[in-house]
Amino acid sequence: MRIFITDVTLRDGDHAMAHQFTRDQVSRIARGLDAAGVDILEVSHGDGLAGSSMQYGLSREPEEELLRAAAAVLTRAKLAILLIPGIGTKSDLRQAAELGATVARVATHCTEADISEQHIGLAKTLGMRVVGFLMMAHMIPPQQLAEQAKLMESYGADCVYVVDSAGAMVTPEARERVRALRQAIGVDIGFHAHNNLALAVANSLAAIEEGATHIDASTCGLGAGAGNTQTEVLAAVLNRLGYETAITLSHLMDVAEEEVKPVMLRPQIIDRDSLTIGYAGVYSTFLLHAKRAAKQFGVDSRALLEELGRRRMVGGQEDMILDVAVELAQAKRTPPSARAPQDSVVRG
Amino acid sequence: MADKIPVAIIGSGNIGTDLLYKLKRSAVLEPVLMVGVIPESEGLARARQLGLTTSAEGISGFLAYADKVEIVFDATSAKAHREAAPTLREAGKRVVDLTPAALGPYVVPPVNLQSHLDAQEVNLVTCGGQATTPIVAAIRAVAPVAYAEIVSTVASRSAGPGTRQNIDEFTETTGHSLVAIGGADKGKAIILLNPAEPPILMRNTVYALVETVDQEAITASVRTMAATVQRYVPGYRLKADPLFDDHKVTVLLEVTGAGDFLPPYAGNLDIMTAAAVQVGEEIAKELQRRQLQRPAAARRPDVTA
Repeated sequence: MRIFITDVTLRDGDHAMAHQFTRDQVSRIARGLDAAGVDILEVSHGDGLAGSSMQYGLSREPEEELLRAAAAVLTRAKLAILLIPGIGTKSDLRQAAELGATVARVATHCTEADISEQHIGLAKTLGMRVVGFLMMAHMIPPQQLAEQAKLMESYGADCVYVVDSAGAMVTPEARERVRALRQAIGVDIGFHAHNNLALAVANSLAAIEEGATHIDASTCGLGAGAGNTQTEVLAAVLNRLGYETAITLSHLMDVAEEEVKPVMLRPQIIDRDSLTIGYAGVYSTFLLHAKRAAKQFGVDSRALLEELGRRRMVGGQEDMILDVAVELAQAKRTPPSARAPQDSVVRG
Repeated sequence: MADKIPVAIIGSGNIGTDLLYKLKRSAVLEPVLMVGVIPESEGLARARQLGLTTSAEGISGFLAYADKVEIVFDATSAKAHREAAPTLREAGKRVVDLTPAALGPYVVPPVNLQSHLDAQEVNLVTCGGQATTPIVAAIRAVAPVAYAEIVSTVASRSAGPGTRQNIDEFTETTGHSLVAIGGADKGKAIILLNPAEPPILMRNTVYALVETVDQEAITASVRTMAATVQRYVPGYRLKADPLFDDHKVTVLLEVTGAGDFLPPYAGNLDIMTAAAVQVGEEIAKELQRRQLQRPAAARRPDVTA
């Protein structure tokens, strides 16, 4: 069976890079991944087109320049962008299409698919392949997720992804969500994992067994939280299991080692905070923001992340990290007897 | 004291009904007419119970009673408002537009309402624009703002189909308001929907980049502005004093609705209806001043004074 790999190093990896990717890095990595045989390559700010902001972090280089750099070197891989309605707009999408993007990945929180109708419609009009991207999919039951997937299919999506943005799903949860989508929709199904519980590859395999044919992965695992499914590892595992991809494994391993690893700001490991993110069900992107806010306000980053999980924050609410950090700092100054009792870690 | 100014509400949905409850409390405005398009609408029934004349005939229904009102609040949709606008203009009505149609100038009451009291029609930007533009203007009053960015997070349940289908309208209009009304050199807006149950209160964060950081002056100006907004949106509050990080000023805001008809979590809708009343009242006071300036014979006879 043929599995299609979308490499998200230059989009999800943008979070881990604190949005500091340069044109040259994008060009070299994109060239390498294209030659190594990934099917689709996503290039955008971590929070999608127009994500460069004070809320999420300002990009070092203009997004259009990074897209241009990638488009210039691709010979067979398709160029994808991420668009989160509410952050990016239809005019950002048009511009990306003009710059050479042929795959539009339109992302919403898993309960809010109906805000994507216009963007999916426009992408279809522009002749793009459209992927609907249901984020934080661990937060709702499989049937409800399937209903949202049906909406995206009805708007024209060619593929709908189950997105484990928090890296919070254990394998049966990933499996039953993909299965619910398989029963509900006729278009392709994809799976996007984060490795906060070290289950990214395992959950991607479970998704494939349930009928997903599109898998997101990131070279060296470079991505938010503990990172994504590691592309070269996934490729090796798929080879061993007899699934077909377009990837030349040795070539991809070289790109990881020689192009991606040298630019990484820190090793992509599961540390205390990223494990907390997976365990408490928090948007993986909160990782570096929470570390910064914890330092700035003198509060514990794990306590901060747990509280964000308890409040059921959704992707994009980075300002709430600040908000909760301020509150925790204020509570620290209040005598313990005046405080409300706190639960232990609660799943989001 | 002058007569209350009679007003009409077009749109009998949640926003129109919440607006009606607020208008009933106004010392200056008297809601006398509500117009909808569905005869069995609960909003129209409620309006009748409160003593208003109602019509389910849309804009043509309005025309039958047009001479009874001076100000019209449009709480329908951008499309319906665009269709009704020429009729309202020809009828000589002052219009407060709560839809995203944006035919008239954008108005954020504590910032630029006084400049538009003569406009035949004004538009209320967006909920996020109403919540955050005053803060940008307050910072701008003491320091040039090179860049302003706002993030509004609202409960999923408080975002109606109009907002959902046209979410770009929010980001584009609000971003524009930060520049055109707030006075920032550049602006950007982000909107997020959170489906948590129980629903979250409306949250706004304002980031501003300023060249010169006078923390005391900025804090004082922001506090004063928050108090000004609070006078017409009682649930508007600063979650903390402005935060300063190098040239970045961050202001965290929360808006609890008054719970007139809409639930308290829908601060995003409350701030729109509250701003509409505030705008309507200022226009009404202006109309009253003009009436008083005219010769006595030209005035309408006093009915209730």
